[in-house]
Amino acid sequence: MKYLKFLILGILFGIILIKSEAASWYRIYEMFHFQSFHMYGIIGTAVGVGVLGIQFLKKKNIKDIEGNTIHIEPKEKGITRYLIGGILFGLGWGLVGTCPGPIFVLIGAGYYPIIIIFIGALAGTFLYGLVKDKLPH
Amino acid sequence: MEVIYGTWSWYISGLVIAIVMLLLIYFGKSFGMSSNLRTLCTIGGAGKFSDFFRFDWKQQKWNLTVVAGVMIGGFIAQNYLSDGSGVNLNPKTVMELRQMGIDEPNGELLPNTFVGKEVLENPKIIAILLIGGILVGFGTRYAGGCTSGHAISGLSNLQLPSLIAVIGFFIGGLVMSWIILPLIF
Repeated sequence: MKYLKFLILGILFGIILIKSEAASWYRIYEMFHFQSFHMYGIIGTAVGVGVLGIQFLKKKNIKDIEGNTIHIEPKEKGITRYLIGGILFGLGWGLVGTCPGPIFVLIGAGYYPIIIIFIGALAGTFLYGLVKDKLPH
Repeated sequence: MEVIYGTWSWYISGLVIAIVMLLLIYFGKSFGMSSNLRTLCTIGGAGKFSDFFRFDWKQQKWNLTVVAGVMIGGFIAQNYLSDGSGVNLNPKTVMELRQMGIDEPNGELLPNTFVGKEVLENPKIIAILLIGGILVGFGTRYAGGCTSGHAISGLSNLQLPSLIAVIGFFIGGLVMSWIILPLIF
């Protein structure tokens, strides 16, 4: 029962990724070529509503479901890891058109060759764990 | 019924994504898909090779549940909420793709070039999918998040590191999409 709410949120997010076509390789290509407003609209709306929502939660000092003060861990300061990591991710995103959410949703939707991307993503994550201490952060 | 079976508008989609993120915060968690890849590595025994994977993965069961939901949602949306009328691209995009030999959508989310039946017999495409996946997996962990963790959650919380990461996403994406992709196809 404790997990049901997470399952429902996941289902909702999965449906949105397919129906908004944010999980579509075509939409990502179109976005990077500035040939459609669609993806910018999705991300822009999500961030706009997100900013307002988080401000609201903070200002009103709203407690989470367990009664704890809501605390969102700030990201660690830095530039290198975000820029280089971001560029590497962007190269992958531009190539195969899938960020991690869409990898899962597309496998669920029955696009089985995406399992190859999934295996690659696990390998990439594992590789990062191996070399992490040698990388500038 | 076009409203349901066709492409959902960007404003409804963006709104629902924000609601999902805000509810996760309200449930005492955070919105991030790529950390599940790390959790799956840990479950697979990656802790034997690196400290990075030595953590109590059971703490992440909630997020794996979200992922299970995402897959179910994908199944539902694809099989019960779609009529193949979606993915209407800019005609200019379709023309560019045709020049690269990439097939048009015809209502499908992904090109047959990447997920068609012949793909498994095509070493070039398998290599592309694998390399793309490695870049996504490595890049998100190095950057500490992906589109959900940085572009949506991080920017919503006005985090400068997330802005830098998103700029990186775009530099990488633009270089791939404009320069490398036309060289590959």
